[in-house]
Amino acid sequence: MNVAANHTRPRKLNLKERYNHLTRGLDWDFSYQPKEKVFPFSDYEGIKIHDWDAFEDPFRLTMDAYWKFQAEKERKLYAVIDSFSQNNGQVNLSDARYVNALKLFITGISPLEYAAHRGYAHVGRHFPGVGPRIACQMQSIDELRHAQTQIHTISHFNKFFDGMHDPWHMYDRVWYLSVPKSFFDDAMSAGPFEFLTAISFSFEYVLTSLLFVPFMSGAAFNGDMATVTFGFSAQSDESRHMTLGLEIIKFMLEQDEANVPIVQKWIDKWFWRGFRLLSIVAMMTDYILPKKVMSWRESWEMYFEQAGGALFRDLSRYGITLPKYHEMATAGKDHISHQTWATFYQYTHAAAFHTWTPSDAEKAWFTEKYPDSFAQYYGPRFDHWEKQQASGDRFSNDGLPMICQVCTIPAIFTEVEDPTRISLRSCEHNGEKYHFCSDGCRDIFLDEPEKYVQAMLPVSQIFQGQCGGAGLSEVLDWYHLNQGADNCDHLESRDAAMWEQWHRSGKDPA
Amino acid sequence: MSLEIQTNTLQQRRQTFAHIARRFGEDRPATRYEEATLDLQPQRGFHYRPTWDPAHTLYDKSRTAITMADWYQLTDPRQFYYGTYTISRARMIETVDRNFESVARRGLFDAIDPDWQDLVRFYLIPLRHVEWGANMNACNITDVGCGTTITQPAIFAAMDRLGMAQIISRLGLGLGGAETLALGKDIWMTAPEWQPMRRLVEDSLVIEDWFEQLVMQFFTLDGLLFPLVYEAFDERGIAHGASGLSLICEFMVDWQRESSRWIDAVLTRAARESSENAALIGRWHTHWQARGIEALAPLASKVLGDEGEGVLAALAGSLAGRAAKIGMPGEGAVA
Amino acid sequence: MSSLVSIVLQNTDDARAIIDAVMTDNPEAVASRYPAMVKIDSPGELVMNKASIADRLGRDFELQEIHLCLVNISGNIDEDDDRIVLRWNS
Repeated sequence: MNVAANHTRPRKLNLKERYNHLTRGLDWDFSYQPKEKVFPFSDYEGIKIHDWDAFEDPFRLTMDAYWKFQAEKERKLYAVIDSFSQNNGQVNLSDARYVNALKLFITGISPLEYAAHRGYAHVGRHFPGVGPRIACQMQSIDELRHAQTQIHTISHFNKFFDGMHDPWHMYDRVWYLSVPKSFFDDAMSAGPFEFLTAISFSFEYVLTSLLFVPFMSGAAFNGDMATVTFGFSAQSDESRHMTLGLEIIKFMLEQDEANVPIVQKWIDKWFWRGFRLLSIVAMMTDYILPKKVMSWRESWEMYFEQAGGALFRDLSRYGITLPKYHEMATAGKDHISHQTWATFYQYTHAAAFHTWTPSDAEKAWFTEKYPDSFAQYYGPRFDHWEKQQASGDRFSNDGLPMICQVCTIPAIFTEVEDPTRISLRSCEHNGEKYHFCSDGCRDIFLDEPEKYVQAMLPVSQIFQGQCGGAGLSEVLDWYHLNQGADNCDHLESRDAAMWEQWHRSGKDPA
Repeated sequence: MSLEIQTNTLQQRRQTFAHIARRFGEDRPATRYEEATLDLQPQRGFHYRPTWDPAHTLYDKSRTAITMADWYQLTDPRQFYYGTYTISRARMIETVDRNFESVARRGLFDAIDPDWQDLVRFYLIPLRHVEWGANMNACNITDVGCGTTITQPAIFAAMDRLGMAQIISRLGLGLGGAETLALGKDIWMTAPEWQPMRRLVEDSLVIEDWFEQLVMQFFTLDGLLFPLVYEAFDERGIAHGASGLSLICEFMVDWQRESSRWIDAVLTRAARESSENAALIGRWHTHWQARGIEALAPLASKVLGDEGEGVLAALAGSLAGRAAKIGMPGEGAVA
Repeated sequence: MSSLVSIVLQNTDDARAIIDAVMTDNPEAVASRYPAMVKIDSPGELVMNKASIADRLGRDFELQEIHLCLVNISGNIDEDDDRIVLRWNS
């Protein structure tokens, strides 16, 4: 088999062909070990795949291109991070209150990037198809990138501001961080097909824009150039992740009709869990950003109602419908940010970030952006709390709330028909009563009760004595929350005092 | 409203994160590697057992017989985190790409002795499948390994293996196009000289203990295969006009040199932790080395003729030297 | 009613050429500017032509370079050597 001696080269391969040779061609049919032993998790979820080669790889990135593009992005990003830190860019933020968003980010979102890194490595090993496996491995290393670039960006803020000093310790323990943790533990403990539906599709495709795009614009608006740069740098990876999500969904639906109801069930479940997880993001978007870009309601309309609407119209040809309870989530666009912020306001002593009541200008903005809900339900309550605070009687909630068995959020959300009534559901299982915030969460429980009974509900854990002691102070110590520094209202905080000092009279801060 | 503060140092409240300061015993500045690596893996309070392995929890340390009081002691001497890793590989692959261009422009592959070309297609192209198996093993270690200090280099290694599989694939395309790759696959599946290696790779995919898999792949097999193919075979090829090939395969030589630093440091520290660890690592290495030699012998013989056996024995001897430095008990003798 | 496909790009130097090419090649597309990024919406379909972009950049351009400034994408993607097409099937 000799090649001709006169430098004739084989026909140049096109993009698809070249990519296939450099990826699909690597695999082979095993002879010495049974396939089921090499891929033990591929069948138990009931998803049927007849032809793995039918998976279409979008963005056919070979490793040479990956390394080169990503290195370029890293060089640019770290130049900005270095510059921001050398020039103490944090002084040019719109306001110190902004930093509370970063506290939530490093404790509640960065650990999820890390979890995604490990979760995609799992699927990157255990999915039988070569194409999706490679896409998942690239996503695994991308997610490590995100965790690390976030750590490096936020590291600078940690040197000055409170609440960000022990993120991994807190993620494993703090009550509100069980919301992201249980979400991702749920995905990682699921099978490979469900994991991809949950994260690649529902989270990375349907919902992630609600987190990143408005929030990163918010970072830009509020002078945080380091976070903006990290955010946009990460988003170009996210585009690859999103396309994996869409491709994998279509692939499963096209492979066998029997997959459709299973996939629909997962779409329903993960839309709802994702929606609940986003209540913290809604709160960040509306309340924590001092200079606001758009309201949560506007984000929801753009990134779910419009973009999500187009997506599900496209998927309807497979028999897939919009997620169950999507109308409830849409109705929630007028409420969840206010309800969530109000909760942290009253639990300010137990939060590793600061709280405040909205200013008059902010209240006016809320009234304009939420014409159907703010003036009616939320403005008056903030006014009332403001008055109490002014008279030295700031309202704090001394009790511990009931936690939803599935989303692990306290039961703070209200009925769609009546926003003055808390939404509660319950059911019995093996002689025990379980409580939920909604039909969406209860449905998830009822489908797999043996899984959800295992959940580590933070309040139950405290009452069982698993959290450092019987009193609030002992629990906060166990959280490694620096009492009097990390928690309570912004105006009385060290962060605010330091900010004041930096900006006093415009002279050099000593 | 910007301030002239560039010449002033603002008072910092802390130098680094608390978990890192705890490890240092004091609050002092940390490196980017330290901040990006230490203590990232969740430790406790997991909500649900994996439905795909209910006998274990998420991040379960008992998936290996190796024990460490602190898994974060197994640091990477290269101190790679994502940024430094990708920048390093981008530089390496730019060299490869330039060399591919030179080779194509000057027809350097065509200039290789035709008989040697056949031999290269036989010994080199099927290695892209060996790399693919290594990718799967590295990915497994990323999945179930203990601590970011180990799982981070593991995902980097997984991408490296895919990268090297793709370099070999491009070499195949350069040495006769898509038919060469098909031939390589055929050789991998059916040639008698390749079956011990294929069986070894397939067996490695189902090793239950991920640390054993780490030893088998990155210390034992790579420690024999890379110097055999990319040094011994390669050197022989220069006499047959294959220096263009050598240039491109420098990537593999550099990679193995760098990877050896990593794996030796990890195994040294793990072996120092306890005699049980050292014994386990030694036992695993001895077992898989026998398989590795069995797999490489027919290839060594095919390419190097009578000298093959001696070359392989010498490589095993070098590896035994590394094993002794690491602290593996016994001679790590060649079977 | 035709669903909108969309693409969001960072406001970088190279992205300007991409945005210009996309707006020219897709007459029904609409561009909206936000802090640090531009969102382009198009009914039904959106095409990114390698040649158009390369022309405006004044250099060779690999389509995969869009990864360096891409923020968000909405629609089914079809990619070959010369163009990327974004489209919904409904």
